Formats: sequence, structure tokens, C-alpha cells
Amino acid sequence: MSYAELKNTEREIYRFQMRVGFLGVLVLAAFGLLLARFAYLQVVQYGYYHTKAEDNRISIVPISPNRGNIVDRNGVVLARNYSAYTLEVAPGKVGDLEATINEIAAIIEIRPSDRNRLRRMLLEAKGAETLPIRTRLSDEEVARFAANRYRFPGVDIKARLFRQYPHGELASHVLGYIGRISDRDLEAIEAEGLAANYKGTDHLGKTGLEQSYERELHGTTGYEQVEVDAAGRGVRTLSRTAPSPGNKLVLTLDIKLQEVAEAAFGDRRGALVAIEPATGSVLAFISKPGFDPNLFVDGIDPANWEQLNTSADRPLNNRALTGVYPPGSTFKPYLALAALESGKRTPAQTINDPGYFMFGGHRFRDSKKGGHGTVDMYKSIVKSSDTYYYMLANDMGIESIARFLAPFGFGAPTGIDLKGEAAGVLPSPAWKMKRFRRPEQQKWYAGETISVGIGQGYNAYTPLQLAVAVATLANNGVMVRPHIVNTIENEKTGARTTVEPQPIRTIPLKPQHIEFVKRAMVGVNREGTGARAFARAEYVSGGKTGTAQVIGMKQGETYSASRVQERLRDHALFIAFAPAESPRIALAVVVENSGFGAVAAAPIARKVLDYYLLEPRSAAAEKPAPVPPDDHEHDPDDESD
Amino acid sequence: MRATERLLERVAAPLDRALLWIVLGLLALGLLTLYSANVEAPARVSAQAANIGLALAVMWVAAQMPPQQLMRWALPAYVVGVLLLVAVALFGDVRNGARRWLPIGIGSVQPSEVMKIAMPLMLAWYFHKHEAALRLRDYALAALLLAAPTLLIARQPDLGTSLLVAAAGFYVIFLAGLPWKILFGFGLAGAASLPLIWSVMHDYQRRRILTLLDPTEDPLGAGYHIIQSTIAVGSGGIAGKGWLKGTQTHLEFIPERSTDFIFAVFSEEFGLIGNLLLLVLYLALVMRGLMIAVNAPTFFARLLAGAITLTFFTYAFVNMGMVSGILPVVGVPLPFVSYGGTALVTLFLGVGILMSINGHRTLVQT
Repeated sequence: MSYAELKNTEREIYRFQMRVGFLGVLVLAAFGLLLARFAYLQVVQYGYYHTKAEDNRISIVPISPNRGNIVDRNGVVLARNYSAYTLEVAPGKVGDLEATINEIAAIIEIRPSDRNRLRRMLLEAKGAETLPIRTRLSDEEVARFAANRYRFPGVDIKARLFRQYPHGELASHVLGYIGRISDRDLEAIEAEGLAANYKGTDHLGKTGLEQSYERELHGTTGYEQVEVDAAGRGVRTLSRTAPSPGNKLVLTLDIKLQEVAEAAFGDRRGALVAIEPATGSVLAFISKPGFDPNLFVDGIDPANWEQLNTSADRPLNNRALTGVYPPGSTFKPYLALAALESGKRTPAQTINDPGYFMFGGHRFRDSKKGGHGTVDMYKSIVKSSDTYYYMLANDMGIESIARFLAPFGFGAPTGIDLKGEAAGVLPSPAWKMKRFRRPEQQKWYAGETISVGIGQGYNAYTPLQLAVAVATLANNGVMVRPHIVNTIENEKTGARTTVEPQPIRTIPLKPQHIEFVKRAMVGVNREGTGARAFARAEYVSGGKTGTAQVIGMKQGETYSASRVQERLRDHALFIAFAPAESPRIALAVVVENSGFGAVAAAPIARKVLDYYLLEPRSAAAEKPAPVPPDDHEHDPDDESD
Repeated sequence: MRATERLLERVAAPLDRALLWIVLGLLALGLLTLYSANVEAPARVSAQAANIGLALAVMWVAAQMPPQQLMRWALPAYVVGVLLLVAVALFGDVRNGARRWLPIGIGSVQPSEVMKIAMPLMLAWYFHKHEAALRLRDYALAALLLAAPTLLIARQPDLGTSLLVAAAGFYVIFLAGLPWKILFGFGLAGAASLPLIWSVMHDYQRRRILTLLDPTEDPLGAGYHIIQSTIAVGSGGIAGKGWLKGTQTHLEFIPERSTDFIFAVFSEEFGLIGNLLLLVLYLALVMRGLMIAVNAPTFFARLLAGAITLTFFTYAFVNMGMVSGILPVVGVPLPFVSYGGTALVTLFLGVGILMSINGHRTLVQT
């Protein structure tokens, strides 16, 4: 090796060493960078990634609680749950839903109504994880699908609890129904801050008690912490918080009484509310026609929905709660009481009833042609003289009437434990001012007071209000808040909350005035317009018939039921309480488009009172003393109403 | 007794003790981690043990071979390698969307793997031959020798291997004395041509880079790997969750947990302390290799030893960088740790060559 070569080699080695040194520094820097990254991830960000890993690993699975049952006052089950298999699809995991369903239909029956229901649900609850294709699968269907399950990813069989209303239409408006949680419900739940408790729940109460007592009935959702792998399969359960079932509702309602009342209506439309005056307990709450709440439980199919919604009978309407009717002559006892209290009349004061009342050139006609002749207050109620009340209303004036009747709850929600109650209208100049826009409409005309006097005109009350008013009267002016739920029971702990009677107000009435009006109402059922319906009753009852015009008649025009279209016929009304001495039940009945209250409504009231007071099974402990047969029988047909 | 001792001594004689211990340490960690990643399929661990046996044999043979012998094989190995790559491009099997495997009678080979050794061998030989007077055109030719197979591999597509082959070749050129001016010139040119590279990249390659920039953009698709492996690393903390106790691993959140992402498993279960140990082992490996390179007797041996050593570094850095989310996901295994026979054999061939260079130092100098 020459010197030059050697020198060259040395230079080369030096250069090589420099380059290796340079790369060595680079390596150190690179590893330093990695170390910094590791320290950042594993020390600085440890908490964050630890949580992330735990979130990955642990899935919180909600366990929905069993919904509380609803039973009547005697423990008869009105709403309960049962377990059944459903075939459910996760729309997000299935490509072509229609094709999938067609394939499934080859294995188990899928009815057109099932398809329609699913379609409706897809629109209503876009956020839902799974939706039912078929409900209530038979064991055989379950087995058949299970064998083919691998073909349908995203479709699975689930055991679910279903709500069942064993009595079908009976008390359907009281119970209401549950339905799948819609996007709108979900928003409301989130707004109330209850979203966590509704994880895993897909139904909630939509109407009736199911809706009003949703919080009690729902219960508390339980949770299971499940360790899951990357595919979401549960590996093992880490911890479990059991759900607590919803509370049981024990109602004040007597389902037998309810049944008797509904049967008494037959095919007629209307409403009946019966209340225990001293406690406000609702004993029967009827709105006819009813509907089968079971139809709604797994999603109503469009055909049934259409039918329920478009039927002229409006079966989904809760008439007792939201229907408003003019009270007709059932209004008279209260006006009489108002007259006594205000000093405008004494019981003995008489008027002459020629069959009409002239006011401002108008002839207000009495429903009895020729009138009742000389009429005192007792007779005005028993025979239902219109002229007496035309005159009375005129003498009292609208302000005074409104002021006196408001405490009975007319024109204001009663505060019953059902949502959606209508307020009704107790007419007054102030109300008219608020109700109308144009000044000529806002003015109160004295003539309008006259029709208010016989429960017509702007008067409009719910059957519930009429029942509360008569219960208040029966209870000597003490108004108690009506309620349907008597006890809320936690079946797990046995804790019970009983709804105590809640007096709303005591109307300061003179006892002799109440006595007088009650006696007059007993007279109605003994010798007046209610006498035929209450012939040979084994108890003493008070009542008042009413007939409310649906269309305005020109004064002087005679009403002929046969000439008027069925839907425009008068509504029949009846209010009653019994036994007269210490009333245990007070009720109001409205039968739509059925004509005279004495004919159409009073007999229904009679059946309800008979059942409640006389049937040994019912809560009636002490049987009222039999009333001596009344030889004073009148033919109600010739009575006006 | 003494006979076996002597036999062992004779067997171990050509092996560099420091390198051997470092590599055995890495292998041990690798097997532990592999066992944890495959608790349900322990067959993988025994398969890897067999791979290791084969690879150690290859290392032993390579360590016996004098560097002069290696030099003679440089050109043929390179030529055969390139021909095989061309054959792959023409007749290769497509697996997982990439044409990487060439079927031969008894199985199939991955010629790109051969290139990881053949490339530095060829370039080191070339520079050694022209050692006396290296001119610019030598570097240009070397670049050409480097570019052809790299592009062939990148086209398969196999970004990870082409990166490693390119790196191996580049280290030779750099160590051979590539003037800084040219290096920076090409560096600038390279940076300027990034948009062009972008335009010829495969969609999945682009996605990987985009995903690196923001993994959350596509959490269930391309970003999933990075997100989950980063969570695994981060949740390991300082001391780790303990061997066999990594939740990300055992609940199957880590994809490719035996191969390219095995570092996530290791990191989750052994934490920062484990990572530090791993870095120290790799650093020791690189330092020992560079020492061997510096002390090597010939230009060829220096270049080859330096390039092979730095390739190990590249492997380790790119893999750990990608798993911890600072480098894009390219298919580079964690050297001596990841599961896979072919890569292991290549790696140990490299270790064997290092040992050979170290062992034959004095022989040549006399």
C-alpha cells in the first residue's frame, strides 16, 4: 500500500467515522423523540387514555324496569305486563329492509299490518335502535327463525314485556295506553333530564293514567356493566344494579261499577263520572265509545289508527275529561241556591209561569207548553220550570251568577289526576271580553243572561265538572279534589302512598239553603222529572234532569226530535247523589243526542246507583233503610225538563 | 462434559457475545408479548419459536462466512433479486390486494425481503470497487441501482419494505461519502416533488397519511388502528397493566397485534418502563453495530455493517413511531419482536453478517 493510498484510506476512515457519528446522533435524537412521545402518552395523557381504554372495555347495558300494574279499588288488575317474543330489526344494520322482510316472510308470517306498522315507526322514531317486525311470536315461529337466523344479520328475537289491558275497552279512557317513544317524546324526556332513566325503555304512557302517572309507573332503570370485546360481544358482567320496578297504582275506581255504567250506555255516546263526595274518589269514569288500548301497545297499525281517528263517534276523545256540554236544567239547583244565598228569592216566593218569559221584545219559551202555573222554588226544581229561572237570572244579573257559581268549580279545571282536562266556560262579561276580539262581540247583552239561567247560552262544562259540582253540593259545600289513584304502592319495599282527600274549598253556604235544595232534588226523583227512572228505588236519592240544546232554536220554534238530524238532537243530562241523608256517591251523566234527560240519562244513573248502593259485593257496607213506596208517582212524560 | 462444553464453545466462537445477548433479549421480550397477544392460539408462539430456530441457524452460517465471500455474492444476489421482483410484478400472487409473493414449487417467497440484504450488499460492493476515486457519477449510478428495486417494491404495493430497502441503500450511499451539497440538493428537490409523489400515490397510501394527521377523521376506518394502538400505549401508563392483563389486547381492540402492532401490546402491558428497556436494547444493538462498522477492516465491510445496523434502527423507529401515532402506518414489523418467519430470517442474516464482519476483522488485516 502506498503512502498516498494509506493517507487516502485514513481520510476515508475519518470521514466514515464522522458520518457514523452523525447518524449515531440522529439515532439518539430519534429514540429521544420516541421516548418523549411515550412519556407524553403514558405519563402526561395517561388519565385520558386510561379512561378511553375503560370506555372501550366496559359497556353500560341498561336493564329496563317492569312497568307498574294498575288495579282497581278491589285489586282487579286493569293493566299488567306479560312476556312475549318479538322479532326485531336494527334498521341501521340492515341494507335493504324491504328485501329482508320479504325473505323473513317466507319463514314466518308477516301480515300487511305488520309491514305498515313498521313503516310508520320508521318515520316516527328514527332514533330507535331496534323496531319490531312481528310481535307475539309462537314457540314454533321462534324455533323456525332461530334456525335461519344466520341469514339475517341485524334481525333478532327478543323477549320483551308487553303491556296488556285485560278488560279491553272498559275504562280505556281512564287507563289510557302506552306506545313507543317517539322522537318528540324523547325530546321531552331529555328536557326533563330523565334521559338516563329511559335508556333501554321503548314505551311510555301516551294518554290517561299511563301518561299522567308515567313517572310512578316507569320505575328506575338498572344497569349492567359488561366487559365487551372489539366486536361488541359481552365477555363478562362486571357489576349489576338491579332495576326497581315501577309502582303499582291502586285506583279509586270500581271496575264492576264501571262495567255496569258502560253497559247502561249501550251503543250511545256520552260520559259519566261518579264521585264519592267526602273523599273525591272517582268511582266510575266513563267516556263512550271507548277503544281497545291493547291496539296501541306494540304500535297501532295504520288501518286501525285511521279508523279510530276518523270515526264520527270520536272514540279516542275522552268526553268526561275534555268534552264540554251545556248543563241544561241540571244548572237550576245551583241557581236556586244562588238565589237563596243572595237573598233574591225565598223558597216560598212564587211566580206565575205562563209558558214563556218576555224580555226586550223576545219571547223566551218554556219547554212546557202553557207553563207550570204558579211556581215556587221547590216546584221550579222538581218540575223544572224554565220561566222561573229566566226571571231569576234576569233579577240576579250575570255578574252575580258567575260569582256565585264559580266556587262550585264551573268553568275551571277540577285538578283531577289526569292530564289534558278542559276548563269549560262559566260565562261572564269578563270572560266574553277575553274570549272575543271585536268590540261588538265583546259586549255582554242582557238577553244572554236569560239563557244562562237555564244552563244554555255560553255555558259549557265537562261531565267531570258537573260531577264535582254535584258532589260539592252533596258534601254541603265542601269541594274535594277528585282523584282516580288512591294508593301508589312500591311492591318491592311495600311502601305505600295513599292519596288523602284534598279539600279545595268550603263554600260558605247556609245549611238550611243546602238542605232546601237537596230536598228539592230528592223531590225530583220522588215526584218530579226523575220519578219514573227512580220508581221503587230502595234508597232515597236526589237528582236533576237536563236537556241541552245542540243547535240554537228560534224562540217560538218547536223542537221535534224526528225532524232534527241525529247528531243535532239534544243531549240528555242527569246529575244525582245518594243516599240523600249522607251521600256516598254523586254523579253526572251526559248522553249525547238522546233527547230528554229524564228518558235517556236518568235510567243510567239509576243503574249505577243501584249497583253501587245495593250490590252486596260493592263497598257499600250499610244498606240504606228501605224507603216506603212512594204513591206520589208522576208520569215524567208530561213533565218538562 | 468437557466435550460438550468445547462443542458449545466452538459453535459460539464466531458469534459476537454482545450482539447475541441483545438479540436474545429482544427475542425473549418478543415471545412473551406474542404469547400474550395469542393466548387463545398458542400455536403461534411455537411457530415463532421454530422461526427463531431457523433464523439463528441462518445467523450462525452467515457469521462463519468471510466478508470476501459475501462480496462475491453481492452482484449475483442483487441481479437475482431484481429479476425475482420483475417476476413478481408479472406472475406474483395477489394477497390482501398486494402482489408480493412469488410461487415456487414448495411454497412462495417474498423477493422484496431478499432485497433488504441484497441492496446494501450490492451498493457496498460497488463503492468498495470504486473506492479509490469516487466520483459523482458513481453516486448517480448507485442511486439508480437503489431506485429500480425500490420502485418495483413500492408498486406491489409494499410501502414498508420499499422504505426499508431504500433506507438500507441510502445509508450505504451516505456512509460512502455522498457530498452534503448533493444531499441537501436532493432533499430540497424531494420536498419540492412531494405534490408529485402525492399524485402518484395509491388511495390507501394517501389515506394513511391523512389518517395520521387526524385519526379521528375516520375513527372506524383507517383511523381505527392508530386510535386503538395509541389508547393501548397511553393506557399502559408508567408500569403497564401487567403481562396478559392488557385490556386493549385481550378484548381484541388492537388489530395486527402479533405483527405490525405488537408494540402496542408490549407497551400496554409493560408501560413506560418496558418501553425504556426496549429502547435501550435497540440502542445497544445500534451502538454495537456501529462500533463493528467503525472497526471493520474494509470499505465494503464498513459500509455493509453500517447500513445493516441503521436498517435495524429504521425498523424499530418507524414501527414504534407508527404504533404510537407519530408516523404514518406503513407495514414495518418491530425487529426481533413481531411475528413472521421471513422478516426474522432476513434480520438474523443481517446480524450474522455483522458478526462475520466483526469476527473476520483481524484475519484480513494481517
